[in-house]
Amino acid sequence: MTTKRSPEPLLWLLFSSGGMVAAMLVPVLLFLFGVAFPLGWLSPPDHAYLASVVSHPITLLVLFGLCVLALFHWAHRFRYTLYDGLQLKKHRVPITILCYGGAVAGSIVAALVLLRAI
Amino acid sequence: MSAQRLYRPPVSLTWWLRKPSYLVFVLRELSSVFIAWFVVYLLMLVYAVGSDPAAYRDFLDLSANPALVVLNVIALAFVVLHAVTWFGLAPKAMVIRLGALRVPPGVILAAHYAAWLVVSAVVAWVVLR
Amino acid sequence: MPDTITMEVWRYRPERESEPTWDSYEVPLRKEWAVLDGLNHIKDQLDGTLSYRWSCRMGICGSCGMTVNGEPKLGCSTFLTDYAPGPVRVEPLHNFPVIRDLVVEMGDFMAKLPTVKPWLVSDDEPDEDTEYRQTPVEMDDYKRYSMCINCMLCYAACPVYALDPEFIGPAAIALAQRYNLDSRDSGAEDRRDVLASAEGVWACTFVGECSVACPKDVDPAGAIQRYKLTAANKAVRDLLLPRGAR
Repeated sequence: MTTKRSPEPLLWLLFSSGGMVAAMLVPVLLFLFGVAFPLGWLSPPDHAYLASVVSHPITLLVLFGLCVLALFHWAHRFRYTLYDGLQLKKHRVPITILCYGGAVAGSIVAALVLLRAI
Repeated sequence: MSAQRLYRPPVSLTWWLRKPSYLVFVLRELSSVFIAWFVVYLLMLVYAVGSDPAAYRDFLDLSANPALVVLNVIALAFVVLHAVTWFGLAPKAMVIRLGALRVPPGVILAAHYAAWLVVSAVVAWVVLR
Repeated sequence: MPDTITMEVWRYRPERESEPTWDSYEVPLRKEWAVLDGLNHIKDQLDGTLSYRWSCRMGICGSCGMTVNGEPKLGCSTFLTDYAPGPVRVEPLHNFPVIRDLVVEMGDFMAKLPTVKPWLVSDDEPDEDTEYRQTPVEMDDYKRYSMCINCMLCYAACPVYALDPEFIGPAAIALAQRYNLDSRDSGAEDRRDVLASAEGVWACTFVGECSVACPKDVDPAGAIQRYKLTAANKAVRDLLLPRGAR
């Protein structure tokens, strides 16, 4: 009996890892850079220090991993939100292209932006 | 048996408003959009940091814009919803056995929160030091 | 405690009308009466035309699944006093076509169930004078999933099944897992095509309502998520390992 070669299991693994990584890293980062610093609750790091942190290879790797996995997490979940929430399953081909294409495009942009910061 | 005229009740577009648990589910699913927004925001930050101090200062000013702050507060709420629901569901997918005993779901849940705390503390320390 | 409670029952009589209606009945409110007792009273004393399924009246046959005040419930295990002062709205189980009144067409599930091969698939059976042996720990691995009574409350609760009737559904997957995780079974590969298809586990978005609705605490949602992990691991191994090593 041949096994079904659906890409779903691998897409689900990406979704799953993305969900875990996003759950761990995004709240604190969004809190700091999206709320605490802008509202003056904490003072943001100066440019020189932040630039040195960002250009460190470990930071680049972690941030790239976060961006890629988080985007693929979004792609998978949003695809199913459109299928079920808005009942758009009949448009599954354009939706799939939009979601995973978006994730791929975002990953490329992430790579370029992060490399630029070295 | 005479011909049946089966009745098929239609599914409304607002099916997710029928029960609180359905609504929480849909909000949880929508949180993925705010995760994607965070990636965009993060890349804007990294771009500014990778430019010069002036660009970084411009980014900080932009981030203080009231509309953006409101967006990020909402995003933060959704992202925390994602994390909390994610950790809540993780024990269901992981059945870990040590010998004859199954690791209790509460332990798996606590481990996730502990990891979340540690990771957040490390990140905060790296950023704020 | 008042003497009676109103039961508003959804009626569909295809021989009379093409649209469903609601009928209201005053039923005695007795401390030990379930919705099923109310329906039996209606049929015996008030309106013999009411149609519904029931059998064991003790929550083990799975026949009396219906929607009570919007929630999927077993009629025999849902007590009228919990809804006092009422009214209690009784409808057929959601997400299934309705044949008549509270009787739904379950053919879809009956067709899906055999596709997951819910029986022991065994390469080698023990000799005639011995038996399969299993430790308590091995039985514990699948016992929860063996509690399913095929009542279909999980399908009624699942929004994915509501929107996509091709989805194989919670009970079918839980029953497949009951055999996949049984130490006496070696049929996991045989079940894989159906379970790991797009309308199998991957259509599930872990809403979790199936496990909430389940009257036997089977936790089909957990069974499905565990299988996603299993299937994903197998897919990775298929990708990375050469054909011979699998």
